[in-house]
Amino acid sequence: MIEVFNLLIEGFAVALQWQNLLLVVAGCVAGLFIGAMPGLGSVNGVAILLPLTFLVPPTGAIIFLGALYYGAMYGGAISSIMLGIPGASTAVATTFDGRPMALKGDADRALVAAASASFVGGTISVVLFTLFAPPLADVALKFGPPEEFTLMILAFATFVGLGSDDIPKTLFSIMIGLAMSTVGLDIVSGQPRLIFFDLPGFYHGINFLVLAIGIYGIGEMLWVIEQSKGKMVISKAEVSVRRILDTIKQLKGSIRQMLMGSFLGYFVGILPAAGATPGSLMAYGVAKTMDREPETFGRGNIKGVVAPEAANNAASTGSMLPMLTLGIPGSPTTAILLGGMVIWGLEPGPRLFVDHKDFVWGLIASLYAANLFALLINIAFIPAFIAVLRMPFTILAPVIYVLCVVGGYAPTKDMHDVWLMLIFGVVGYLMRKLDYPLAPAVLAIVLGPLAEASMRQSLIMNQGGFDIFVTRPISGTILVIAIVLLVWPMIKAMNKRRTAKA
Amino acid sequence: MKKVIGMGALALGAAFAFGVGSFVQSTDAAAAWKPRKPVEFVIMAGKGGGADRLARFIQGIIEKHKFSPKPFIPNNKGGGSGAEALRYLKDNAGNPHIILATLNSLYTTPLRNPGIGVDISKFTPIARLAEDTFQLWVTTDSGIKSVKDYIAAVKKAGAAGWKMGGTGKGQEDSLVTALLEKKFGLKMTYVPFKGGGTVAKQLIGKHINSTVNNPSEQAGFWDAKKSIPLASFTPKGKLKGKWGSIPTFEELGHGTDMVYYMQRSVIAPPGIPKDAQDFYVSVFDKVYKSKEWQSYLTKKGLVPGWLTGNELTAYFVKEREVHRKLLKDLGEIK
Repeated sequence: MIEVFNLLIEGFAVALQWQNLLLVVAGCVAGLFIGAMPGLGSVNGVAILLPLTFLVPPTGAIIFLGALYYGAMYGGAISSIMLGIPGASTAVATTFDGRPMALKGDADRALVAAASASFVGGTISVVLFTLFAPPLADVALKFGPPEEFTLMILAFATFVGLGSDDIPKTLFSIMIGLAMSTVGLDIVSGQPRLIFFDLPGFYHGINFLVLAIGIYGIGEMLWVIEQSKGKMVISKAEVSVRRILDTIKQLKGSIRQMLMGSFLGYFVGILPAAGATPGSLMAYGVAKTMDREPETFGRGNIKGVVAPEAANNAASTGSMLPMLTLGIPGSPTTAILLGGMVIWGLEPGPRLFVDHKDFVWGLIASLYAANLFALLINIAFIPAFIAVLRMPFTILAPVIYVLCVVGGYAPTKDMHDVWLMLIFGVVGYLMRKLDYPLAPAVLAIVLGPLAEASMRQSLIMNQGGFDIFVTRPISGTILVIAIVLLVWPMIKAMNKRRTAKA
Repeated sequence: MKKVIGMGALALGAAFAFGVGSFVQSTDAAAAWKPRKPVEFVIMAGKGGGADRLARFIQGIIEKHKFSPKPFIPNNKGGGSGAEALRYLKDNAGNPHIILATLNSLYTTPLRNPGIGVDISKFTPIARLAEDTFQLWVTTDSGIKSVKDYIAAVKKAGAAGWKMGGTGKGQEDSLVTALLEKKFGLKMTYVPFKGGGTVAKQLIGKHINSTVNNPSEQAGFWDAKKSIPLASFTPKGKLKGKWGSIPTFEELGHGTDMVYYMQRSVIAPPGIPKDAQDFYVSVFDKVYKSKEWQSYLTKKGLVPGWLTGNELTAYFVKEREVHRKLLKDLGEIK
């Protein structure tokens, strides 16, 4: 333990050099804006700015990109809360409650809550990273296909078991999402599936951001237009130092959700192939299921902002762990970071912690710094963001619309996805009118491909026998937890009914 | 209000950086052609895989040494095992601002999906930069030390007990596995995963028993003594350095037919102007000769092999026939 401490202090000596500190600030600011742009997430940010890092030494480069990754996680929440468009795939869960808070006039509170939760999630995960990197890498290795599949089941269980929503409608929404997630190329047989009208755009499957931006961006706009019936609408939006401090004080009530989100996010982030998006969605689901008043979620509950925001920052640190220790990316963003490391001449993998101590510990130390700076920069920008919300909707709506189209186009650069997004917008609006929950569909399209692949791989490994999910200790345990989570809200609901009768 | 203009400008900036490039079609080609806008460097695989990392590495070399007046911007079109990318190139015939980094799905994807209507011999050849190699890997704990041990262990475990991990069915790893099965009369359960990196991790986590990973995917684990290579699917003497210390199947006395490569080449859409082709050939010639590329080849166990022009097209056509036969043997195509 003392050794870790010494190494960390050496790391801080690297991270606190003025050039590196400057890179941290630059990375945080760049990340904040890239994250806030719909469709542009940390993946694009890191990919675009990777060539710039040839100008500085490798340690400086990874510090810059690490800070950018963090900044993007903070920034993603901004457009989710203010405009209802997920700024990045990792911030989709933040729209569920962040947007309703903004509509109630509490946008500043939601932004402060998101920033603070991100800070807590980031800090907890970096501490975990500092103390337990090598043993946790072994945990990641223990996760084979059966474990991954049961983890996905757990994620679905948190969403089905939401007592307050209409369960058949939730199931319907999940099924729609799952069906859409099968479009594209089947990974096991390599055959194309559900290529509607032979359109080549369906070959890459239905990008989940296209669905999320369609439903939440376009759908939301249609909804507000209908509600306002042509009247001039100006959202209430206040901000003051007093309100910010007040919100921070109130966050005491959601510390549990913050901690849960941090640990869950970190753990999911460590598992290769998962990353921050499933982590934040699962944290939201768990926060809602475990809450005493799950029906307040989705209507502007601050806990629904805190849990996913803590989780996505924690997961972003978590996903660096398999990258550094195993050379396997835990998320698309770290996959690109990994490419960067190869260019800088560093060999990620088990030897990195031994051969390049200054690099690894400089990175870890700079994550502490990045976390602090991202928080400060974010809070400093809040009044500016709030000013946007004070504009009349007639001006805001076209801006949102443009942002949605750019966001739908940017990831694949394919107009096919823009048309698809517009269709999803209309369908999402209609589903909302008919009171269907939309979040489960989004969850399903994210987790569907992971669940399908891991289930089929497990079955191939076991010659088609389902017992593999029960007999392996880790997957068996996760399965039991999933079943409890599924049944728990039903028991609660039954108890409530009984007490109501009596 | 100011903020909104700021965000709008950001949006516009992003739209410009990402989009406009691909809308504008070039019409003329001046002498001593040079790109007039960023070059779209299409990758026929998703972000983070081996092909993607390699393409971004090449982009890095071009950027670092300023080999091109305009940047190369990577764009992943991995849908349908690269079907999307190939179709995109075909639909952009004559567009000199697009190039594609290929892998062996260049052959297998059009063979398996004749519906996309792509004939790879029509594309403009730029350069072959290397051929990536394959090795047979097991974990150190398995106690298996040679191909002989391996054959015995697989036969003992039986088809249901021996799990070979690899990338999707019909892709490179499954073809190499089929070679192995046919040669030694083995039967294994083939478990497909999304990418080579995941396959490597599944082996180290002992969820599968063996893999046919590329060197770059297992290098870290080999260094850490978690996995060992039993044999290389290369001809004798092609690999250098530590990778050369791995016996080839030929050296082990199993004949010369246990060879399979993954080509790493760059091509352009059909019918681009000759001087645009020359420009790209000269850029990749510089990449090929760069210190970074050459040291990458030795470190990551790739076989150097510069090819360009008609020779490259002839190579593609020859390899396509090899793959047609491999896929037929596998029962993947008729």
